[in-house]
Amino acid sequence: MSGNEVDIPEVDSASGSGIPIRGNDIDTDQIIPARFMKVVTFDGLGEFAFFDLRFDENDDLKEHPMNEERFQDSSVMVVNSNFGCGSSREHAPQALMRWGIDALIGESFAEIFAGNCLALGIPTVTADSETIEELQDWVEANPDGEIEIDVEAETVTYGGQTIDVTVDEAQRKALVEGVWDTTALMKSNAGEVRKKAQELPYVGDDQIPDPAD
Amino acid sequence: MSEGTLYDKVWDRHKVTELPTGQDQLFVGLHLIHEVTSPQAFGMLRERDLEVAYPELTHATVDHIVPTADQSRPYEEDAAEEMMSELEENVREAGIDFSDPTSGDQGIVHVIGPEQGLTQPGKTIVCGDSHTSTHGAFGALAFGIGTSQIRDVLATGTLAFEKQKVRKIEVDGELGEGVEAKDVILEIIRRLGTEGGVGYVYEYAGSAIEDLGMEGRMSICNMSIEGGARAGYVNPDETTYEWLEETDYFQENPEKFDELKPYWESIRSDDDAAYDDVVTIDADELEPVVTWGTTPGQGIGITEEIPAPDELPEDKRDTARRAQEHMRVEPGETMDGYEIDVTFLGSCTNARMPDLRRAAAIVEGRQVHDDVRALVVPGSQRVQEAAEEEGLKDVFEEAGFEWRNAGCSMCLGMNEDQLEGDEACASSSNRNFVGRQGSKDGRTVLMNPQMVAAAAIAGEVTDVRDLTEVQTV
Repeated sequence: MSGNEVDIPEVDSASGSGIPIRGNDIDTDQIIPARFMKVVTFDGLGEFAFFDLRFDENDDLKEHPMNEERFQDSSVMVVNSNFGCGSSREHAPQALMRWGIDALIGESFAEIFAGNCLALGIPTVTADSETIEELQDWVEANPDGEIEIDVEAETVTYGGQTIDVTVDEAQRKALVEGVWDTTALMKSNAGEVRKKAQELPYVGDDQIPDPAD
Repeated sequence: MSEGTLYDKVWDRHKVTELPTGQDQLFVGLHLIHEVTSPQAFGMLRERDLEVAYPELTHATVDHIVPTADQSRPYEEDAAEEMMSELEENVREAGIDFSDPTSGDQGIVHVIGPEQGLTQPGKTIVCGDSHTSTHGAFGALAFGIGTSQIRDVLATGTLAFEKQKVRKIEVDGELGEGVEAKDVILEIIRRLGTEGGVGYVYEYAGSAIEDLGMEGRMSICNMSIEGGARAGYVNPDETTYEWLEETDYFQENPEKFDELKPYWESIRSDDDAAYDDVVTIDADELEPVVTWGTTPGQGIGITEEIPAPDELPEDKRDTARRAQEHMRVEPGETMDGYEIDVTFLGSCTNARMPDLRRAAAIVEGRQVHDDVRALVVPGSQRVQEAAEEEGLKDVFEEAGFEWRNAGCSMCLGMNEDQLEGDEACASSSNRNFVGRQGSKDGRTVLMNPQMVAAAAIAGEVTDVRDLTEVQTV
């Protein structure tokens, strides 16, 4: 890719079979242990997603949904509350995305995690705990069953029923309108940004570069 | 909707425009970067043929992977060396100031920003690290961001962000002996929950907060994120200004101090500011807090009993059961007497001079327990130097502590400082997540620095107030 114009797809929906990851307060150290972050790119992080819950000391498989054959093609992760709490590491959603996850449905998400997902075009939609548990149970029973997330309409359809979910307003707009990658959009306001910098009492003139040619 | 708070005012001063998403585009006054979360962002910049827009408002250090024992280059571990080299190249290319280990200014990013006077009231400060909330202690609006957002800030000097609600947490009264800022924040997280702050920014106020020095305020703001709040702040006051006056920036630019002070005063929350929520905490009631579980919200006073999962709210039970199994604790017990293998005094929460002083006062004239490996990792090279000059290093070493170089170290086990097997660690850091300190079976007990010192001596979690009483008798 060259030039700073990047094609940003509109994400008005996501679909695929589900994988349930149960438990509240699942933190980023569980999603991607820090020792796998000693890398300068995100490539290859997928195999380390939930590593310590998936493998024992001898790298033998432990019991975990991500190790189960029936969930290998899953792309919708169904989680409980405060998922992704802890650090700001984008390595966490990057690892999930590279494992194959395109969307998450949960009771609630930690803010930085949700923001990082959005920056990758991954929806994090929410519903109450009962709804989530029912969906997790359904996924267990129907590992190949299709789940359809309509981001714009804020619904999830599975097993012949459609339920209401919540998508944060800014997230919904950003995904549906294809403006979730904000670099080019914000760069186009460079003039206003400069003006703002000049207005702030603590920013020195010498700290504001000359406008690009 | 909040109105007239520091948060509202700083937000308004930095808002460039509203984006089509409904988010605001915020100007970033200070962008701190380090070696773990920035290389991919520089890579994205290169892919898109973009340059760093405001290098003069960007500052780098190395902290997460830096070895705290042998720091000679190349680093023993290839991956660490690669990350360091990449950062060096990125900052050189972009013309970004770098507090590297040869400068004498290196340290944990949330320690060096305040030391150098980069952190100031009324700035927007971001960093690819969740503990960026620390800088809120100065009345800055500071929060952690992910790598794609780092790309945005590097490329544009701005960030797309949604405004949040403001919860005022008023802590009145006086902290008792052995009770510190750390205990205040652990208590707040315990009461409001690890997700209680989601959607909020926390304003810490009240006499107990005002009485704290800047280091204590930093410890509290630091762990806002453990309570789910992305940012936390304290209104700037004379304590803040006294600190700022001593920093490099204002020593070198004394005229700036008088020039900026009216701005700092202007962004303080108004007396009649409106908050979305207010919570009060009585400081007099607090005792040293320790965690019994695997989230920072699972804390109790040192004399209190570990709760039975069934007594907890339903959504906390499952997590509590798993935590108690991992930590091998039983409901009804206290944490007093919990055997410890390692003690870690360090991290962006508690590795500044007063933290080390208080711990040293407990350690002096005592010996680390035979079965304990005890580490002190100063938050920065400057803290390290000051502590060495003040004789604290000698106190720690004579007692049997290892005295290390500055870095994040065993807070997150990204360098060689890690727990082994199922070791239990009394730690002044901020997260007790499973696997956090480098071993998936490791057990972390969070506590204040004096309590860490006491645990190192006793070989078990112990009430530091008992030790100090013995000493005064």
